[in-house]
Amino acid sequence: MPGKLKVKIVAGRHLPVMDRASDLTDAFVEVKFGNTTFKTDVYLKSLNPQWNSEWFKFEVDDEDLQDEPLQITVLDHDTYSANDAIGKVYIDIDPLLYSEAATVISGWFPIYDTIHGIRGEINVVVKVDLFNDLNRFRQSSCGVKFFCTTSIPKCYRAVIIHGFVEELVVNEDPEYQWIDRIRTPRASNEARQRLISLMSGELQRKIGLKVLEMRGNAVVGYLQCFDLEGESGLVVRAIGTACTLDKLSSPAAFLPACNSPSKEMKESPLVHPPSHGCRSTHNSPIHTATGSRLTQNFSVSVPTLIYTGMGSGSAGKEGGPFKALLRQQTQSALEQREFPFFTLTAFPPGFLVHVGGVVSARSVKLLDRIHNPDEPETRDAWWAEIRQEIKSHAKALGCHAVVGYSESTSICEEVCILSASGTAAVLNPRFLQDGTVEGCLEQRLEENLSTRCGFCHIPYDELNMPFPAHLTYCYNCRKQKVPDVLFTTIDLPTDATVIGKGCLIQARLCRLKKKAQAEANATAISNLLPFMEYEVHTQLMNKLKLKGMNALFGLRIQITVGENMLMGLASATGVYLAALPTPGGIQIAGKTPNDGSYEQHISHMQKKINDTIAKNKELYEINPPEISEEIIGSPIPEPRQRSRLLRSQSESSDEVTELDLSHGKKDAFVLEIDDTDAMEDVHSLLTDVPPPSGFYSCNTEIMPGINNWTSEIQMFTSVRVIRLSSLNLTNQALNKNFNDLCENLLKSLYFKLRSMIPCCLCHVNFTVSLPEDELIQVTVTAVAITFDKNQALQTTKTPVEKSLQRASTDNEELLQFPLELCSDSLHSHPFPPVKAVTVEKASPVGDGNFRNRSAPPCANSTVGVVKMTPLSFIPGAKITKYLGIINMFFIRETTSLREEGGVSGFLHAFIAEVFAMVRAHVAALGGNAVVSYIMKQCVFMENPNKNQAQCLINVSGDAVVFVRESDLEVVSSQQPTTNCQSSCTEGEVTT
Amino acid sequence: MTSELDIFVGNTTLIDEDVYRLWLDGYSVTDAVALRVRSGILEQTGATAAVLQSDTMDHYRTFHMLERLLHAPPKLLHQLIFQIPPSRQALLIERYYAFDEAFVREVLGKKLSKGTKKDLDDISTKTGITLKSCRRQFDNFKRVFKVVEEMRGSLVDNIQQHFLLSDRLARDYAAIVFFANNRFETGKKKLQYLSFGDFAFCAELMIQNWTLGAVDSQMDDMDMDLDKEFLQDLKELKVLVADKDLLDLHKSLVCTALRGKLGVFSEMEANFKNLSRGLVNVAAKLTHNKDVRDLFVDLVEKFVEPCRSDHWPLSDVRFFLNQYSASVHSLDGFRLECGGTIWAHCNLHLPGSSNSPASAFQVAGTTSVHHHAQQFFLYFQ
Repeated sequence: MPGKLKVKIVAGRHLPVMDRASDLTDAFVEVKFGNTTFKTDVYLKSLNPQWNSEWFKFEVDDEDLQDEPLQITVLDHDTYSANDAIGKVYIDIDPLLYSEAATVISGWFPIYDTIHGIRGEINVVVKVDLFNDLNRFRQSSCGVKFFCTTSIPKCYRAVIIHGFVEELVVNEDPEYQWIDRIRTPRASNEARQRLISLMSGELQRKIGLKVLEMRGNAVVGYLQCFDLEGESGLVVRAIGTACTLDKLSSPAAFLPACNSPSKEMKESPLVHPPSHGCRSTHNSPIHTATGSRLTQNFSVSVPTLIYTGMGSGSAGKEGGPFKALLRQQTQSALEQREFPFFTLTAFPPGFLVHVGGVVSARSVKLLDRIHNPDEPETRDAWWAEIRQEIKSHAKALGCHAVVGYSESTSICEEVCILSASGTAAVLNPRFLQDGTVEGCLEQRLEENLSTRCGFCHIPYDELNMPFPAHLTYCYNCRKQKVPDVLFTTIDLPTDATVIGKGCLIQARLCRLKKKAQAEANATAISNLLPFMEYEVHTQLMNKLKLKGMNALFGLRIQITVGENMLMGLASATGVYLAALPTPGGIQIAGKTPNDGSYEQHISHMQKKINDTIAKNKELYEINPPEISEEIIGSPIPEPRQRSRLLRSQSESSDEVTELDLSHGKKDAFVLEIDDTDAMEDVHSLLTDVPPPSGFYSCNTEIMPGINNWTSEIQMFTSVRVIRLSSLNLTNQALNKNFNDLCENLLKSLYFKLRSMIPCCLCHVNFTVSLPEDELIQVTVTAVAITFDKNQALQTTKTPVEKSLQRASTDNEELLQFPLELCSDSLHSHPFPPVKAVTVEKASPVGDGNFRNRSAPPCANSTVGVVKMTPLSFIPGAKITKYLGIINMFFIRETTSLREEGGVSGFLHAFIAEVFAMVRAHVAALGGNAVVSYIMKQCVFMENPNKNQAQCLINVSGDAVVFVRESDLEVVSSQQPTTNCQSSCTEGEVTT
Repeated sequence: MTSELDIFVGNTTLIDEDVYRLWLDGYSVTDAVALRVRSGILEQTGATAAVLQSDTMDHYRTFHMLERLLHAPPKLLHQLIFQIPPSRQALLIERYYAFDEAFVREVLGKKLSKGTKKDLDDISTKTGITLKSCRRQFDNFKRVFKVVEEMRGSLVDNIQQHFLLSDRLARDYAAIVFFANNRFETGKKKLQYLSFGDFAFCAELMIQNWTLGAVDSQMDDMDMDLDKEFLQDLKELKVLVADKDLLDLHKSLVCTALRGKLGVFSEMEANFKNLSRGLVNVAAKLTHNKDVRDLFVDLVEKFVEPCRSDHWPLSDVRFFLNQYSASVHSLDGFRLECGGTIWAHCNLHLPGSSNSPASAFQVAGTTSVHHHAQQFFLYFQ
């Protein structure tokens, strides 16, 4: 009996009028946890009742504490008939179960009803007294912290990163139970909400147990999803990365952290996996594995392996043995693990050694063939199969680990596509194993050798490449081989050198499919999948070239299945990595060169393409030659960066010639136009409109090339649904519609947020679903962050100077503040050099900080403002405390759709309500922001004829407390430089 | 391809001031889009009409959802659904409760009833303000009226407290409520030259000096109703014109004081008796509701118009009125014979005003011949 939950109901406000006669309400509250229920007194005739109840005490097992939500129901007392429910509040008490998080939940919660939405608010106080549990066979996992953030949380240090944890639970969907025919929609919705809440509690507890088994204390990059399988059940599944985290109490704590990654690390899989560049091999693009059948159910697995832009030859002389050694060590560290997967997308510096490329696998399953739908075994087997495949793909790329790993499903009727993708990588075992000061130094030495380009070097053997690739020597170190293009699912490593700015690149694709049943359907889908993957890939590659860039980060390919079509949407952030070769242009070739006018047409197109490339290079400030030669391109065997700098200058002339040579050799990317389809493709390439000036967009955490963020942020969700007219159902028309939909949506966003210019849309996350035959739904969640234009301009004007400065500052930092630097730079240093520039320029306090201070202070001063962001940080602020995970699921239904303003009015209100409830929960935990916020699901169904609509939304994120940098400075003005430096870095960190 | 659903929801609710104004002005989405296109926004931002349409719809939807909260502004501050910075909240409220000068002149002093609401389409046609906007403004008046009607304490404070309006707007609303409650006639042709500002000024002074609230601000009172007893007492002023000696004496006092100071002295001297009679009669009649309603009409007829026909400059009118009321004190007979009761009454009811010289019923009308805009104010101390 290890826990006592105490709840107090204080008051209500803005309650709805429940008694028409008096225009008032006689409200009381039921507090339920598990099977115990308490009631408050009835507060007569008031819309703002003051219950001030006693403390209701529940004595419960900690297992229940983890699984069950606290359920608070507000009712209107009625003497003669049944009491009417006003609404409910579900409170997840999990954050109270770990010591460092919140100690009390207290605040105003919106009272939510699935039919009427929010109806007033209730003030509740919740506390938990936990007793120590000595039972070692316990089923609970209290104390394991969960983070949605896909990097090591800001105020923690990773002692060990244990690796992949996953869990899956299944239940019957209440919506499909027989009883649903006789109960009210409200009862059915509430049953569903409660069930999912229970299931996610259970899931979290089970994952926690696995983490404890691994001797970890936290799960980072926790991603929980639910699959509405319909008849066959409701699945809640989650993946994450188990870690042992240490709280950093003060900056000083950084020191031991960095110096002693500790002996324990031997166990840790904290090895740097090199990710493979996906190679967009035009000729031999895809490896399709044969469909495999699971024993009792039909399934087609469509494992596609795409290697894009792979390239690093393990060429260097010492590279060979080193690599072998590395591999050995890594292997030993990772071998014990079934799946050496990491859901993280950003890592401590030095963690990532090489990146191989994107690996992905898909599999088509039939849900109605599950023998025991109520048991998780079948689904477990499905996922295991896919993960196995991912693992073998990674192996093929010479990697032992997969980072930036994620899983998703798309369900239509009884067909389900399971997808998994990640980035094959080689991780650094030394970093883990020699956790001493010595190790740290060595580490740094090594970093100096390969910093900024190391991760681009190919992890596989040059002579034994898994696919044809075009390799060149790294443009940075000149020692190792790199691919010509690199695709990854992770964020841009903080130490990577990028030229110019990045941009959002999307590939969009629709394919019609015949309506079919069961196996025929599944087969049709799995036959289409490889072609879609291929085309999506080609599109990405073309667009990347068109932008004059050579690497993609944060790649996410989503394939959605509908009744009569398949949709593919790939989003990624393109950048120009200094270490990779300059991309060749796009060459158009016609198949029938005899026709004169045709020829002319071709050359016209070619010209347009070349113009676009030139324009894009200007737009994104990609001007590699000077920069790469002068600053980055030095061979530098020495660890001292300062000397490197000098040397690079002296040697630059040599390199230029070398560079030119390679340019000359490079094959241009050839597009053949032999039919109208190809023509279409070229056209669509050119139709993508760049964002208006002052706007940038990316789908990674931070926009490469922008670093002077100011503190204004605006998170938003935008949803669009279009109806296709059934007449124009050809692939091309479909593609065009889909393309227009996405482009218009982006345009709309740019227009709406124009007041924030100059700003950047970060973490742009598109989700496509096909709710009905002719409906396409696109949901976008992103955050707009403003940045300082002046600074940006300066940067553009003097790129060389800046980078010089950058390098030198970097150096000085290293020399002058070894201790402080250690703390930050080694652990969470997304843009260390750049930030340093700011600090350096401004005298003691720093320009950047001044700017931050001048930013709207109201956000901070007003009570109750809660910021939400899909990023793991808040610009201009430092996260001081993580309060726990927010994981909420809501259903809203209406039977008066027209009266609520149609579908748009209904969904608009619902999303606003969801935001409100998330904010209220965070505020009640004592937080002032949600980071790593994600809307994982937004399932919208309508029936306008019946005037009905229903929507399900699942959101999650980490509740945090943040402090503005400007406030921090006041506190510690003694060491302005160090301080502001650390705070800056902290604030901007991506890790 | 038709758009079924198109929404944008920000964590901080986006408010576009221009669109808000269009919405308040009662334009439909289509009209608003057309107006925005005309404003050249497309060229500035490089957006398309479709984008503009979607943006406008979105804002309209947000405003529609906010409207319910704007009906009770304190709710807007405490609600959790829309995260809006305080400055924006204030702007939303202030703009929502702002009204058109042209509209308010039409409704000022009318009963805020369903009947009046039915006439709004006429007002809409007459003023060129959309019916939607008229309805909003009318409903705002009515809502504020209903809330503060039965409330004690200062009218302006009450309005500010319950509607979170700026000081200026709250004063205007106090005037509107005051006029609506007393049903002062303001719509006659003769009064057309007076602006809402003029009436608001009068209302403020009347609230300060003529209402129950002015008499005793502590006790159960309201700023909305005129003090009946006070109006009753005004009857006794009749002596100023009824008693021939008193009238002459008064006249001579005023004339002596003003000789040489007025540009229109001779006209004044000639007209003194008429003017005085007019003023006093207006004051004496105020015991009847009907006459209270016609207060402004009567004043214009009996005082302002004669002055205007004689081309009194504004400053002269002010001089005259000041002197007119000041001289009353020096009237021995007035003070001794019958004035005593009045002043006793007045002083009784005006404990706080003992330090200021009690003046009689004072009507100050100011005429500006040049501008043809006249303003008059009346107050009683």
